[in-house]
Amino acid sequence: MEKFLDYYSLAPVFQWIHALLCGVMPEALALCIEGLAVAVVIILLYAILAIVLIYMERKVCAFFQLRYGPMRVGKWGLLQVFADVLKILIKEIIRLKNSDHFLFDLAPYLVILASILTFSCLPWNNGAQILDFNIGIFFILAASSIEVLGILLAGWSSNNKYALIGAMRSGAMMISYEISLGMALITMVVLSGTMSISGIVESQANGWNLFKGHLPACIAFLVYLIAGNAEANRGPFDLAEAEQELTAGYHTEYSGMHFGFFYLAEYLNLFIVSGIAATVFLGGWMPLHVAGLSAFNGVMDLIPGFIWFFGKAFFIVFLLMWIKWTFPRLRIDQVLNLEWKYLIPICLFNLLLMVVLKVFGLVF
Amino acid sequence: MSMKDLILKIAPSATFEEQGDFVAVVSKEEFRSLMEKLHADYDYLRDVVGFDLVESLGALYYLESSTTFERVAVKTSTLDRENPLLPSVCDLWKTAEIKEREVYDLLGIRFIGNPDMRRIFLREDWVGYPLRKDYDMDSNPLNMTNEQNADTTTEVTLTAGGDFKEVQNQIFGKDDFVVNFGPQHPSTHGVLRMRVHLDGEEVKKVDPICGYIHRGIEKMCESLTYPQTLALTDRMDYLSANQNRHAVCLCVEQAMGLEISERAQYIRTIVDELQRLNSHLLFFSCLVLDMGGLTPFFYGFRDREMILDILEDTTGGRLIQNYYVIGGVQADLHPDFQKKVKAFIVHFRGILHEYHEIFTGNVIARNRLIGIGKLTREQTIALGCTGGTGRASGWANDVRKHHPYALYNKVEFKEILHTEGDCYARYMVRMEEMLESMHIIEQLIDNIPEGECKVKTKPIIKVPEGIYSASVEASRGEFGVFLVSDGGKNPARLHFRSTGLPLVHALDTACAGSKIADFIAIGATLDYVIPDIDR
Amino acid sequence: MREPTIKSIPYEEFTDNEYLEKMVADLNEKGTNVIVSNLDAFINWGRSNSLWSLTFGTSCCAIEFMALGAARYDMARFGFEVTRNSPRQADMIMVLGTITHKMAPVLKRLYDQMAEPKYVIAIGGCTISGGPFRSSYHVVMGIDEIIPVDVFVPGCPPRPEAFYYGMMQLQRKIKLENFFGTVNRKEKEPEEDKE
Repeated sequence: MEKFLDYYSLAPVFQWIHALLCGVMPEALALCIEGLAVAVVIILLYAILAIVLIYMERKVCAFFQLRYGPMRVGKWGLLQVFADVLKILIKEIIRLKNSDHFLFDLAPYLVILASILTFSCLPWNNGAQILDFNIGIFFILAASSIEVLGILLAGWSSNNKYALIGAMRSGAMMISYEISLGMALITMVVLSGTMSISGIVESQANGWNLFKGHLPACIAFLVYLIAGNAEANRGPFDLAEAEQELTAGYHTEYSGMHFGFFYLAEYLNLFIVSGIAATVFLGGWMPLHVAGLSAFNGVMDLIPGFIWFFGKAFFIVFLLMWIKWTFPRLRIDQVLNLEWKYLIPICLFNLLLMVVLKVFGLVF
Repeated sequence: MSMKDLILKIAPSATFEEQGDFVAVVSKEEFRSLMEKLHADYDYLRDVVGFDLVESLGALYYLESSTTFERVAVKTSTLDRENPLLPSVCDLWKTAEIKEREVYDLLGIRFIGNPDMRRIFLREDWVGYPLRKDYDMDSNPLNMTNEQNADTTTEVTLTAGGDFKEVQNQIFGKDDFVVNFGPQHPSTHGVLRMRVHLDGEEVKKVDPICGYIHRGIEKMCESLTYPQTLALTDRMDYLSANQNRHAVCLCVEQAMGLEISERAQYIRTIVDELQRLNSHLLFFSCLVLDMGGLTPFFYGFRDREMILDILEDTTGGRLIQNYYVIGGVQADLHPDFQKKVKAFIVHFRGILHEYHEIFTGNVIARNRLIGIGKLTREQTIALGCTGGTGRASGWANDVRKHHPYALYNKVEFKEILHTEGDCYARYMVRMEEMLESMHIIEQLIDNIPEGECKVKTKPIIKVPEGIYSASVEASRGEFGVFLVSDGGKNPARLHFRSTGLPLVHALDTACAGSKIADFIAIGATLDYVIPDIDR
Repeated sequence: MREPTIKSIPYEEFTDNEYLEKMVADLNEKGTNVIVSNLDAFINWGRSNSLWSLTFGTSCCAIEFMALGAARYDMARFGFEVTRNSPRQADMIMVLGTITHKMAPVLKRLYDQMAEPKYVIAIGGCTISGGPFRSSYHVVMGIDEIIPVDVFVPGCPPRPEAFYYGMMQLQRKIKLENFFGTVNRKEKEPEEDKE
């Protein structure tokens, strides 16, 4: 089984590139060039995934709503989002007279920064992970908190009563849901025994965490999905941008590419939430293995790791989009009620249950 | 004793109109005591119609009892055109607060004792009163400066010595946190602006500012002939377009004593009910849109398109149809009409469960609608909230049942009543009314008699002198038409009872103490359409 | 001349081609460069296919617009279904319904708040000339008195197909714009009133 798993591993490729570069220049310079190349790859991947996700959302919601969605711009509307991005790039960026200019310009960059930092931690394939160290999960939770700062700054610096109220609401919601998000992930860390992302994925070689951890893992998965939805400002929790009567959201006063950053970050956050769910609960790039069926496992290993990863992540994205387009919106007090009175006690109990089961060896 | 004797007992110097409706004419000195006595029995003030009688300025009050459904009308006037004052009745009927503001705005009559005498439709810096006969139409050119809205309002009170005194009332205090909603709304109800006093998340007071779509229809009608006024009625509450037209046609036909053919009555009833289905489907779609669940919006529109197809075959229009005329309907039904209507009813009955599955049973929707925005029966009667809103609080106010017109006394249907009075009840009333509308159509669709669709009328329609009125059950409530005619071919005064104005006024009562997000849900379930409010 | 093409509808089927041809003749007088004009075509392709409108409906025509977004007519096929609530993020304002004297300053303020390049479509008879309310004392007789209009769509209310025709006319007009030099010039100073 192991030899098939390493079949698609990209680690030898990267080592070969590194050795080649070190042969012709000092190591520091080689590292710089590799760093730049990685940065370009991240940004390209980010942009392309955002475009794919926006297209997917428009098509998926259209099919739920008995219609077609974008059809005319390119075959089946495939070029629609490219047209949207092109237009946003060249739109005028309005500079408000009375806003706090520095913070106003900084806010979208903070949101994008948080998004890209967490994006870089996702494991694409065996050996193809950009940020990988021993406290991966902790880093993800910490980096995603920067986004709240961006949103609050956007609302504050706009000098607009309604944007401020929207930002405060959104901020309150996101800070609350980080608690249950974090606890759901900690539950899985208890199961895996490590915080490092590649370690978590490798520990799922004999079965995905969702099956290994049975009951507490399932509860943690459901809690994670709800909390992740709220963190991404999506679905029944999208009162930040959809409190239309009162505010048009924290990004009311943004135009042009600054608004484009908020727009892209929203979709990428959805993907990151799904990607982490796929990693921690569904095995990341690890194929589906059933203990004992080695022929089946061999066939599963023939499918490359990144196809597994993207497949799982997009499945969860589809699930979250399904929820968004079906349910009406919750009110802010119902949202906070759900978190503090229901999800946090469930999470605490679940964590305890997982620890007990792990100590007595009752997990697979 | 008869109504006439009763009124003469209280106001001995009252006279009665000879032609048209039964209207008691009292002087403004005896007016107040008469109204106080009438309030005991007649607890629903239908409308206050101000009008300009060239020498004097007056107002007509239409009352109805919510238990016996009897109606009575009272007219009073004042000869003072410089500073006209009439006693207010807003302490007896709460809906008079906003209706008297409208009379003040358009005619200049101020009401003694009304705590809020501000303009409602026109800008606060508007000069003149448009509905007066001597108003210069060019006196207020387009003013592009931003309007300043005052935080105080004046009230005219009667002092002990019999003099009039002006008192300032506060709308919002200096330290109140006031937030502005609209007029540009992402929601679909139109352009309504509301100033809301918030205490944290809680709504303390709502002050609606209407008039952003005030097109001056009533003034325009005074220079149009009767058939021409029909063109404008479609565009007020465009979702009850045919029902509005029905009201005006009924009023003029009753005034002229014109009998229309049986076939036209059938057609009018069926098309009215189709219009009601159309409107309730749009209510559903817009409610879910405001609540955030976007998919059911498409369900409502999908079925609405089928109704629009049926109506378009016959009338040529989707939204504005221009179908009813004085004397019948404009053109006969399309040959496929019956077949398509029957097919639609079968389809819709089969698919209605989808609406309930996706929204009514949803736990989030239930949490956001049940128990929110309660209005008691007494409050709805005092506020004049007719239609589904009133019926959801237990007030039986269906005009089709209690003052039948067209064929409504010949078909069998239930009047849907709920008693909770919250948003969920208002929503369910309309969903169940859709079933009743289909039941009515099913009873009529196979029995349409042959005949002409329109009776011949004179080329120029003149209504004899007098005061006339008619009312229909539009999709949103009681839509009334009040006509003051001087015998000519133009109406001297044509007033439309707006279904939405009392509902907007009721927002303050229904939203007291609720949160901002509930405010939106309450507004969506009250189901008003702004061009109907502003006319 | 560059003929603006709309997918699957021939150029001859549009009326009012003379207006566009005159616009292009004016552009050609300035002598557009070949490389620049290819870049213009690319940018205009992006702009014309991604028109985000501001949610601004006052009366009856707004209901027809909602029917346009619904499943039967589905303006999402063109990419128009994204409607933004904030004027700063919207490309165009479709004025749906009568504009009264009380609403006119609000409309002007919304138009001023929009980011360049911005377009206006006037839908329905009321916005073109006052419509059925021409003898009213409170209606603006045509919104081109207060804001510049790009496309007029007559009707009371116009059918959804007429809406599409109007939007496609706007797309054709956008496809003939000159990015470098005419539209989107940054001549205003940043400190100027942009509230």
